[in-house]
Amino acid sequence: MRQAPSESETETRKLARQIRLHALRMTSSGGSSHIGAALSCADLLAVLYGRILRVDPLRPKWPDRDRFILSKGHAGCAVYAVLAERGFFPVEKLLTHYQDGSDLSGHVSHKRIPGVEVSTGSLGHGLSIGAGMAYAGKLDGATNRVVVLLSDGECDEGSTWESALFASHHKLDNLVAILDYNKIQSLAPVAETLGLEPFADKWTSFGWALREVDGHDHEALLGALATIPFAAGQPSCLIAHTLKGKGVSFMENTVLWHYRIARGEEYEAALGELEGSK
Amino acid sequence: MRDAFVETLTALAEHNAGIMLLTGDLGFGVLNRFAERFPRQYLNVGVAEQNLAGLATGLALEGRIIFTYSIANFPTLRCLEQVRNDVCYHDANVKIVSIGGGFSYGPLGISHHATEDLAILRALPNMTVVAPCDLWEVKEATRALAGTTGPALLRIDKSAAASIVHPGEKFQLGRARQLRDGADIALVAAGGIMEEVLSAADMLAQRGIQCRVLSMATIKPLDVESLVRAVDETGGIVTVEEHTVDGGLGGAVAEILLEMGCIPKCFHRIGLRAGFSSIVGTQKYLRKVYGMDPPAIVAVVEQKLLSRELWLSEYIAR
Repeated sequence: MRQAPSESETETRKLARQIRLHALRMTSSGGSSHIGAALSCADLLAVLYGRILRVDPLRPKWPDRDRFILSKGHAGCAVYAVLAERGFFPVEKLLTHYQDGSDLSGHVSHKRIPGVEVSTGSLGHGLSIGAGMAYAGKLDGATNRVVVLLSDGECDEGSTWESALFASHHKLDNLVAILDYNKIQSLAPVAETLGLEPFADKWTSFGWALREVDGHDHEALLGALATIPFAAGQPSCLIAHTLKGKGVSFMENTVLWHYRIARGEEYEAALGELEGSK
Repeated sequence: MRDAFVETLTALAEHNAGIMLLTGDLGFGVLNRFAERFPRQYLNVGVAEQNLAGLATGLALEGRIIFTYSIANFPTLRCLEQVRNDVCYHDANVKIVSIGGGFSYGPLGISHHATEDLAILRALPNMTVVAPCDLWEVKEATRALAGTTGPALLRIDKSAAASIVHPGEKFQLGRARQLRDGADIALVAAGGIMEEVLSAADMLAQRGIQCRVLSMATIKPLDVESLVRAVDETGGIVTVEEHTVDGGLGGAVAEILLEMGCIPKCFHRIGLRAGFSSIVGTQKYLRKVYGMDPPAIVAVVEQKLLSRELWLSEYIAR
């Protein structure tokens, strides 16, 4: 039998629920896609920003902060949501998402958004930038960590593997790659598009210390992320097995909800499920 | 030029620990001393230019002054999107140094001819584009770029013009240098091809045509003032670049002058018009083949001046 959730888990679960609700409202009111990708990584972001990342909303450029890069920039609404919930900017700003004149673009942007380190949107860029930051951290003897959240689809990009090679060669154990492995990419399942298996073996053979976890189990995520680096002298890779669209039954594990926008009855149904969730 | 760059960067790195040189596995026999002397300021990232540009961005965002180093199109076009989204959008302090501008690596084939880089990099927001013509400009531009924040391309050549430096002259990014004065026409060039331009100016002088010669080492931002003055005082402009005529120096000059309503009586862009430069040969040879050597420049100038004379005489007759 599963143990009762700890206090911290209740806290991060609440945060994850808020991220999901914001993401649904933002994508539906603005008419933007990628709700499936945002729901997929909501638990990862909640655990990171709720318990793991050393960041300070009052000092977004605090030099010793942990760096977080959303390499799968299309889940930008989820990052905006967690930053607003953590107090980096007013929650009301979220409703401008994807609207004319807004700062909140569909793919995550750092311009005028405190707390966003790097703008992304084209896949396969984030891990290189993160590796550069981690290398600088090593040179400076810094104690902070650089966490990069990647999608499975962006592991099709050769540049991802260029940076993976670099990070292990230079023993960047202050660098963490979290793979949001929901196994569905833009048009079809990963396995039918460009198979990544054996995925874990690829990362270990590239010299990364690896752990695999259920990406929606907060206790397990906390347990894994609290042990960074997984091995001294190696970058850490956490493969988080996730469900695309997690939290809304009819969105879960479907290709359709990569791009589809919830409107009318679908929106109400999704909202109802998320509001009723714990 | 390459050695002048490395020598200058070495001197700068000595006094500024924030300067780092990142190479994409190129610079055999050239970067060794830098690497040995400044192990914490040197990084060979391997044959991985996309990662090179991304790493450079990450390091620059953490406060370092990054020079990325590779040849021809590798540090620019191979990783163009990283340069655009990562370096430029974040206004990261990354100076891209491309050794082998134009036909520097002529016999190696078109993969190693950098003949569109100025046009493409010039289009990127926040990007400063510099192509020095001689060793003095290479050294000065390297120093100037190290002292200026933001993205830049430093396009280095195998060839170099003989340095013409006026006493007390200071190099400034964004300012053209007048290498010689003349009232008949202005030759505006960037890069080592200036050596051909200066030879052409000598040949033309012997024929009684006095050329003003401007080194437009900074192609972006362009020195509009010196161009307008050249039009006002000489009437005509011929641009020369070891690069396609589409969108490079000549294109930039034409755009700005036309937009300002400053129309030269004659204008011509000397550059690559053949598409891909698929003929094998040295830099000198290819310049000749593609109409960028001194006789070709002389012919263009004479023909332009002649047609201007004809136009003028017709105009006066009317």
